[in-house]
Amino acid sequence: MAIVPLERKPLTFAERTYIPQIVAGLKTTWKHLVRPKQTLEYPEQRPAIPAGYRGVPTLVKDPHGREKCVSCQLCEFVCPPKAIRITPGAIALDDPTGHVEKAPQEFEIDMLRCIYCGMCQEVCPEEAIFLQNQFSMTGYTREEMVNRKARLYELGGTLPDTHFKWDKKKAAEDHGNALH
Amino acid sequence: MVEFYLQLNPVVQGVLKGLAVILVIFPIGGACSMAERKVSAWIQGRPGPNRAIVPWVAWIPLVGTFLQRLGLFHVMADGGKMLFKEDALPGHVNKFYFVLAPIVAMIPALTTVTAVPFGAYLDSAGMVVPLVLANVDIGLLAVFAVSSLGVYSLILAGWASNSKYPFLGGVRASAQLISYELSMTLSVIPVFLWVNAPGMEPTMGLGRVVEFQSQPGFWGGAWFLFIMPVSAFIFLTSLFAETNRQPFDMPESEADLVGGFHTEYGAFKWGLFFVAEYAHMLIGSGVFTLLFLGGWNPLPWIPLATFVGWLSSILPIAGHPIFVGVLSITIFLTKVLAMIFFFMWVRWTLPRFRYDQVMEIGWKKLLPLAIANLLAYAVGIALLQS
Repeated sequence: MAIVPLERKPLTFAERTYIPQIVAGLKTTWKHLVRPKQTLEYPEQRPAIPAGYRGVPTLVKDPHGREKCVSCQLCEFVCPPKAIRITPGAIALDDPTGHVEKAPQEFEIDMLRCIYCGMCQEVCPEEAIFLQNQFSMTGYTREEMVNRKARLYELGGTLPDTHFKWDKKKAAEDHGNALH
Repeated sequence: MVEFYLQLNPVVQGVLKGLAVILVIFPIGGACSMAERKVSAWIQGRPGPNRAIVPWVAWIPLVGTFLQRLGLFHVMADGGKMLFKEDALPGHVNKFYFVLAPIVAMIPALTTVTAVPFGAYLDSAGMVVPLVLANVDIGLLAVFAVSSLGVYSLILAGWASNSKYPFLGGVRASAQLISYELSMTLSVIPVFLWVNAPGMEPTMGLGRVVEFQSQPGFWGGAWFLFIMPVSAFIFLTSLFAETNRQPFDMPESEADLVGGFHTEYGAFKWGLFFVAEYAHMLIGSGVFTLLFLGGWNPLPWIPLATFVGWLSSILPIAGHPIFVGVLSITIFLTKVLAMIFFFMWVRWTLPRFRYDQVMEIGWKKLLPLAIANLLAYAVGIALLQS
């Protein structure tokens, strides 16, 4: 690139008195002074959370109210900081969802360890764990910072489902594939 | 009540006046510190401090919320914090002078208020009588003489702190304040040359200056801002330098000197420096208003007496001395507060000058300008009044 010598013009008299510049500056700050304020007043006003935000990991239920997690422990295995601990449990056979066979007996996510990477959500074959919108997680003790199963479902709520995988499996079991 | 006051021992009268001054200056200092935070916030697009609230005020429907949004209770929270936090005394300081410095800062700040008239009332003959705590004939000279003692507190604080940054701050303060005092004094001489016309009793009183700006006619009613714009400009610029405000706050200069002369100070002693700075600003703005902005006259070419005449033709009670007094004080305070807003507005607009620029502006620009201005007006006034 060619070198372009720039001519440095000497300051004019008006510029050397500083006055036009000061007046221009005062005008600018006045404009900012009367303009509406930019602040989001946090606890009352909340920011809009963009889609795909990775907040606190939660467990979700399907629209029929069935807990989706089957305690396969893939998330526990993949979790880089080892924040997840699952105690697998069995579902009684006479239960309406008995054919799913397994559900977590206890599910703990230690939020002091969690790094919000979202790998648990990515690895989950059941679409049962989601990093949702909650971004502030506080507590006074270490115990409080561990999200247990009940709390995880409370945070997660119900998300829409397009597959109803286990309903289809049950239908296939009962009627064969002809129906579908 | 006035008779009862005048019967009191002069010492008791003095103490009462002193208490009145403290009771006015300290709350205004606190309000100014809050105004500073609010103005800076607004200029930066923030709402500023607006959370603190006392529960029983929060119960008042609209007013409570308004006061909360205004940040009024942050003033009290700040003041309370300043009073009750630990007042650490560093081990390496010269203790006597270290404690003395903030006291020395307060004394001139509170003393000068007494010589500044802050309002006026009409006596039974219809004459405008200025309201002032100590009606001394040397007026402005007293203000200048006492307020320039304020620099000693900065030097003392800088030296007694026994640490490099405060020391540099103190040195800067002394050099800067002395440099700008010259231009400041020279800039007001034309005003007093004009005011002390031949055949009048000579005075340096600020009341006379306002009286001169309340005369009938085009030239009589014009504020000195219009007659002597250069003087007003020099005085205002020097005022910024004298009160250590941006862009001239070299003694404090937190970017390069940590906190300047008050680096080692905290809690109440630091608060005293702060109040002293605001008191200086307040008095400086007051003097500027009296000299160049017509004092307690509501608008240029509309003196207080005329204004009161119009009001009393609508509202008969308007001629009462107390009403006129309150009205004039309100007008004067409005102008002073507008000036203080201007100080803050400038502070959040301009960056700080470099130290060599401060010296160059002071000695090479303002001082010659002030001398030229004085000579021009001296010749002009001599020709006009001869």
